[in-house]
Amino acid sequence: MTPTLTDAGVAASDPSDGLAVLENRGSTAEAFGIPLAVLAELTHRCPLQCPYCSNPVELDRGGSELSTEEWNKVLSELAEIGVLQIHFSGGEPTARRDLVELVKHASDVGLYSNLITSAVLLTREKLSALAEAGLCHVQISFQGNEPVVADRVAGFRHAHARKIEAAKWTRELDLPLTVNAVMHRQNLFQLSDIIQMAVDLDADRLEVANVQYYGWALKNRAALMPTVAQIEETSRIVEEAQARLKGVLAIDYVVPDYYALRPKKCMGGWGRQFFNISPAGKILPCHAAESITGLEFLSVRSNHSIAWIWRNSEAFNRYRGTGWMKEPCKSCEFREVDFGGCRCQAFALTGDAGNTDPACTLSPMHERIFKLAEQEAAAADNRFLYRNFAGGTLETGGDHGA
Amino acid sequence: MTGRSRNINVSEASRPVLPRHARLKFDETRQVWVILAPERVLAPDEIAVEVLKLCDGVRSVGQMVDELAAKYLAERGAIATDVIAMLQDLADKGFLTEAREKTS
Repeated sequence: MTPTLTDAGVAASDPSDGLAVLENRGSTAEAFGIPLAVLAELTHRCPLQCPYCSNPVELDRGGSELSTEEWNKVLSELAEIGVLQIHFSGGEPTARRDLVELVKHASDVGLYSNLITSAVLLTREKLSALAEAGLCHVQISFQGNEPVVADRVAGFRHAHARKIEAAKWTRELDLPLTVNAVMHRQNLFQLSDIIQMAVDLDADRLEVANVQYYGWALKNRAALMPTVAQIEETSRIVEEAQARLKGVLAIDYVVPDYYALRPKKCMGGWGRQFFNISPAGKILPCHAAESITGLEFLSVRSNHSIAWIWRNSEAFNRYRGTGWMKEPCKSCEFREVDFGGCRCQAFALTGDAGNTDPACTLSPMHERIFKLAEQEAAAADNRFLYRNFAGGTLETGGDHGA
Repeated sequence: MTGRSRNINVSEASRPVLPRHARLKFDETRQVWVILAPERVLAPDEIAVEVLKLCDGVRSVGQMVDELAAKYLAERGAIATDVIAMLQDLADKGFLTEAREKTS
């Protein structure tokens, strides 16, 4: 007898979508059920300057951030409407002085809480207080497996050493640990060592996430884009490690979609099973959504409820389902498999978020994008544009890491 | 290293418990039991829920089988086979761990 565990995949682009199972059982939600998990970007402030940061290029300033009371109210409202998990992210969420209080409030209202952190600001005391407040899981980002590459990518001296230390505290406090490794041309050669590092740190999960090219990463695409040969090797290494480490380390793998044949089911489909909340309180279909101009995203500070914004706001409904599609998506047999890929990528590369994501071979742009990626990877221009509030700073020779 | 053991082998002597990162919870909105885990929400079926509720780290699998056999007036051997297979499957997926020894 094998138990039926229907996986509802939360934020991951998992096609075995158990969401329907949950939503069909007397959910109060209507056409689009309330997401199971929500990403709370508490702040855009971060001591790291990673060139592939998933935050928008136009960062929210500290002064515009929601207050402790506002976040607490949001957390209560989320729990009330049926959200089960909250991911505290950023920027760097530990840059918020009220993080312990927010985690405590999330626990009090019954939310399962994840901390998605760079870990460089953590102390053992802080982590211990977070555990005490009911934190369920810690995810720490790593930029490499050793300081030379890792600190250069992060643009922060001693970042790697601090992360290793924080990962050890995490396990000492018996908190489950996910190692998140964002991969690109300049660190893919370390992948085998990063996998071993995750095992040595006693992590439960490893996310091997190839960079997705929006916002800051798009600006840094030439410095980050892997070669086709690297991707082939990466897939081989991941598959081998997944088999070898079964039951020891779960490995989730995000492929780079420029080299894919089919686009990713981005966010599980626009406005279908995920939203995030920006530092200033905007409810967004994904963390890059503000890069699409011409869409108005409503805030928790508006006089609408979160559930109303999710169900009724124009921005969420614009690309929901399949009704908005043009050809080749419109008549495509995969239209409900991938929902046309990523709207932000379609906008960034074609100028129209309603076009097919060029990651798809059926997009008239696909061939050109693929060739461009190959050329950029081969050109090997490795200089980074570091992420910051000033709109980015170019890496200078030999001196990185602020 | 911590006392947690991965790759546990479930037997009648095991005292399984959900690991800290896996929470069994009744979802009031959707009226269904769920397991909350990092980046995942799982919907266990009714039988799995019944067994998981007994996994408190105190009861042994043998005791759980006794309870279920009595409750459903079923043959103990068949229940034991089914329950151990189910728990092993959950353990392999990382949703069960062995209760820690209190000696450390």
